Amino acid sequence: MGEGILYRVSGPIISTKKTSGIVMNEEVRIGEEGLIGEVIGINAEEATIQVYEDTTGIRPGIKVYGTNKPLSVELGPGLLSQTFDGIQRPLTVIKKEQGIFVKRGAKPPPLSREKEWKVDIQIKEGDIIGPNSIIGEVKETTLVKHRILVPPDAMGKVVEIIESSTYKVNDTICILQDEEGEKRELKLFHSWPVRKKRPFIKRLPPEEILFTGQRVIDSIFPIAKGGVAAIPGGFGTGKTVTQHSLAKWADADIIIYIGCGERGNEMAEVLEEFPKLKDPRSGKSIMERTILIANTSNMPVTARESSIYTGITIGEYFRDMGYDVAIMADSTSRWAEALREISGRMEEMPAERGFPAYLGSRLAEFYERGGRMEVAEGRVGSVSIIGAVSPPGGDFSEPVTTHTKHFIRALWALDTELAYSRHYPAISWTESYSEYFEEIIGWWEREGIDMENLRNRVMGILMEESHLQQIAQLVGERALPEGERLTLKVAELIKEGFLQQNALSKVDAYCSPKKQFRMLKVILDFGETARDLLNEGIPLFKIIELPIFSEIKRMGEDIRNDEIDKFDKLEDKLNKEFEELRKEYG
Amino acid sequence: MDNIYQKKLIGAQEITGPLLIVEGIQNVGFGEMIEIEQEGMKRLGRVLEVSGDRAVCQVFEGTSGIDREKVRIRFTGTPMKLPVSLEMVGRVFDGVGRPIDGGGEVMAEFERDINGAPLNPDARAYPHENIITGISAIDGITTLIRGQKLPIFSGSGLPHNEIAAQIVNQAKIATKENFNIIFASLGIKADTASFFQRKFEEGGAIDRLITFQNLADSPTIERLITPRCALTAAEYLAFDKGRHVLVILTDLTNYCEALREVSTARGEVPSRKGYPGYLYSDLATLYERTGRAEGKKGSITQLPILTMPNDDITHPIPDLTGYITEGQVVLSRELHQKGIYPPIDILSSLSRLMKDGIGEGQTRKDHPNLYSQLYASYSRVQRIRSLASIIGEDELSETDRRYLKFGEDFEVKFLKQDSREARRIEETLDIGWEVLRDIPESELTRVSKNEIQEFWRK
Ligand SMILES: Nc1ncnc2c1ncn2[C@@H]1O[C@H](COP(=O)(O)OP(=O)(O)OP(=O)(O)O)[C@@H](O)[C@H]1O
Ligand SMILES: [Mg+2]
Repeated sequence: MGEGILYRVSGPIISTKKTSGIVMNEEVRIGEEGLIGEVIGINAEEATIQVYEDTTGIRPGIKVYGTNKPLSVELGPGLLSQTFDGIQRPLTVIKKEQGIFVKRGAKPPPLSREKEWKVDIQIKEGDIIGPNSIIGEVKETTLVKHRILVPPDAMGKVVEIIESSTYKVNDTICILQDEEGEKRELKLFHSWPVRKKRPFIKRLPPEEILFTGQRVIDSIFPIAKGGVAAIPGGFGTGKTVTQHSLAKWADADIIIYIGCGERGNEMAEVLEEFPKLKDPRSGKSIMERTILIANTSNMPVTARESSIYTGITIGEYFRDMGYDVAIMADSTSRWAEALREISGRMEEMPAERGFPAYLGSRLAEFYERGGRMEVAEGRVGSVSIIGAVSPPGGDFSEPVTTHTKHFIRALWALDTELAYSRHYPAISWTESYSEYFEEIIGWWEREGIDMENLRNRVMGILMEESHLQQIAQLVGERALPEGERLTLKVAELIKEGFLQQNALSKVDAYCSPKKQFRMLKVILDFGETARDLLNEGIPLFKIIELPIFSEIKRMGEDIRNDEIDKFDKLEDKLNKEFEELRKEYG
Repeated sequence: MDNIYQKKLIGAQEITGPLLIVEGIQNVGFGEMIEIEQEGMKRLGRVLEVSGDRAVCQVFEGTSGIDREKVRIRFTGTPMKLPVSLEMVGRVFDGVGRPIDGGGEVMAEFERDINGAPLNPDARAYPHENIITGISAIDGITTLIRGQKLPIFSGSGLPHNEIAAQIVNQAKIATKENFNIIFASLGIKADTASFFQRKFEEGGAIDRLITFQNLADSPTIERLITPRCALTAAEYLAFDKGRHVLVILTDLTNYCEALREVSTARGEVPSRKGYPGYLYSDLATLYERTGRAEGKKGSITQLPILTMPNDDITHPIPDLTGYITEGQVVLSRELHQKGIYPPIDILSSLSRLMKDGIGEGQTRKDHPNLYSQLYASYSRVQRIRSLASIIGEDELSETDRRYLKFGEDFEVKFLKQDSREARRIEETLDIGWEVLRDIPESELTRVSKNEIQEFWRK
């Protein structure tokens, strides 16, 4: 095994001299305490290592040992409902061992070695199997069947296979023999290097929506299963609330939430809230499909850097089982800053704003790991990525935002003005976009909804409104003709009645496809009928005095997802009130 | 401990800014504390980097007067520790935790590494209970929650010190548990420090207060240590002794400048405005030492105060702070000039944790909707004011004019209060309803019919 002598310590970055037998990206142990590190640079006999734990007291002269393996994650039953740190250490176990603070030196295995799983074997002796073939299944939670996969780098003939029964993750369940006669033992879990993307057969175009229950997203700027999106926004504009809403309500099979350099209390909120929330489709606790990676801002910055890779590798693993996985990374800016800090300590040449020149390529590599893929045996799975971006001063022209925009296909730009006026979610309809709309339109069609038409009309009104607002600012709203003022009013309905959605509301936090459709329709019907009335000479102030006007604004809160027929009543009411107004003016 | 023998060295290789570069060392660890001595002068410092037999050390008191050849350096083999005990309550310490009130040494129950360790995210308990400050703008609109970090964004010349002193004197928790306050000054002027001292004495807060003091003429680099001492004491009180602790740090801007000074001396690549790229992570190691923990009765709440250079909220200090804290209380120069104390700009202020600490069983059942109504109406006032400045007040509609009246009353009756007035939460909420009577009932869209009946009509 390789080793070296520690020479320099600068915060989380150390270097060794007289190094031999250690390779790039190898996981290493430092000193007697065995702190965990990873080799991030090698130059002749010098290795640069990032240490995943606090380095206080570490001194030159101590030994650094290689482990003969790259930094990896464990993939197998026992991942779901867990909270891990940035290098997949199980925080619940660490809590039991160490108390409320994380001290260094903890090395419990990510997957419990004691827990027994009921394994249902699906192959037999003599079968020829290969990468990502399914060996068997474990019902890991009531919501998720965990498929035990052949590791991507193994194949051969099954020469031994256990019977269906209960096993622990470390038990050998299958022995494969390859063409050269080489045997390989497979366990209930396998390890995979975090920085290496898991292979797949081919990339497929996205075709289904990742339905989130958030109106402005699903109806206006949707994301596909296997899509990649970013949410940039200044502090307090709603990135985390949006990410949490997606983690709660998106119709993915598996949710991986990466708290990357953010707040501890937000993690506590997820841990308190999620177990109590029910998935709208299955009625089961959403925690059963969720994995948390929590590396908060005060935890080692190196483990923050790796947390993103830990999360995405676990995501790819569930994709390989044929699942639709959604990954939320809050915040990718903190990850980029970790890169910057590490690069600075390595004294690399900085590019823009001190970020290393490879910032763009690292971001690209990350987002490239998202997508909808054919994995093996005709199985298809997907990884959707939603990355929060925290631009300094809320200025989107900074490097992380601009680079990210090159690699994503949906952008939900959060607007500080909207957030200040408590228009939540503060997703700007002028700056946001989605390239998935065309690809997923078939999904809405299958629901029997002509979303394309509705969306175009809504966007048309909003665009006209922002134009009219500019004029109104110069001459006052009252100086505009009535027809234009009606447009402003309809836009007000769209904003307050449709785009705004309170994530904390019991009724409205999740909005079903039908409800989204009916809400849009009522608003557009109001607009059309009102325009007819205007043309018939009825004054605008009379129209917006109608009770229906304020009722439409409240419909999100007033009508539950399971009371869609109330929209019929709302439409009736609309027609009746307009009819009466007509009569009044006869 | 394998460093029983003291590692002493005479002479430094190089002195740059607050840094001392020492060669010929052996067995020195990253982050350990050093003691510096030269002809009776004693200073403290810390190892920032070790490389072979060379160490870069930062000297808290600065390096001026240090003679490269005569200086003696002792490496202590441990990171800096703070002796903690219940005896600290009521006492005053300097910026590195030495008593300066003439009361003698503190008998330590434990010695704690001032850098602390991160709270395990899985061991945190989500904060739910409030602290009532007696200030309407805070209690009513940006309620402070036990376990929250809520900074005050101020500007030079604005009364953030008065507000801080008022909070220290008035802060109350509903339950009968022990409540302590830790006050750490970071580079504030001596007369500001004595202002605080006088206020605390007047308000009788001394008995529950621990003070750490680094003044404007105290060593700059020491400021990097002071908040860590304060938070170490806070963690001890909260998680060893089950107490609720409110930590006030002022002024964080001075802290950040000290950090910039060290970074510049080390020749690091700066990020924005000369501040180091790790300013966010460094601030997080302070601000995140807040919260509650599973199975522990106590809590740590932080109220850091910072003055925004040029009132610019996008300056890296307030910006990165806002990215870490759970909301912010923003002071307004305009309100201050109008004579409104406390001049809290509720529209740009936000308490992200208040949703779980107000309402039935916490403050009063009408609080959530009342808050939302006040916010919405006052934000309407701002739009009407700017409209009025274009078209003139006479051109406004009747409703708009009533909004203007509401705006005045909200500022003068709700926001404005005496710096000694501690309002009960019921009073705060009642005043909120009272000022809402200026606007017509049809405008009250955020509150329920029942609430209008029960609170607005009475
Ligand atoms: N959809 C929403 N519904 C209701 N409230 C919201 C919504 N979005 C945001 N908010 C409000 O805005 C506050 C800030 O949101 P959030 O914590 O998501 O900001 P952020 O963009 O993640 O900020 P930071 O970058 O500082 O982490 C929340 O505490 C909440 O009060
Ligand atoms: Mg956030």
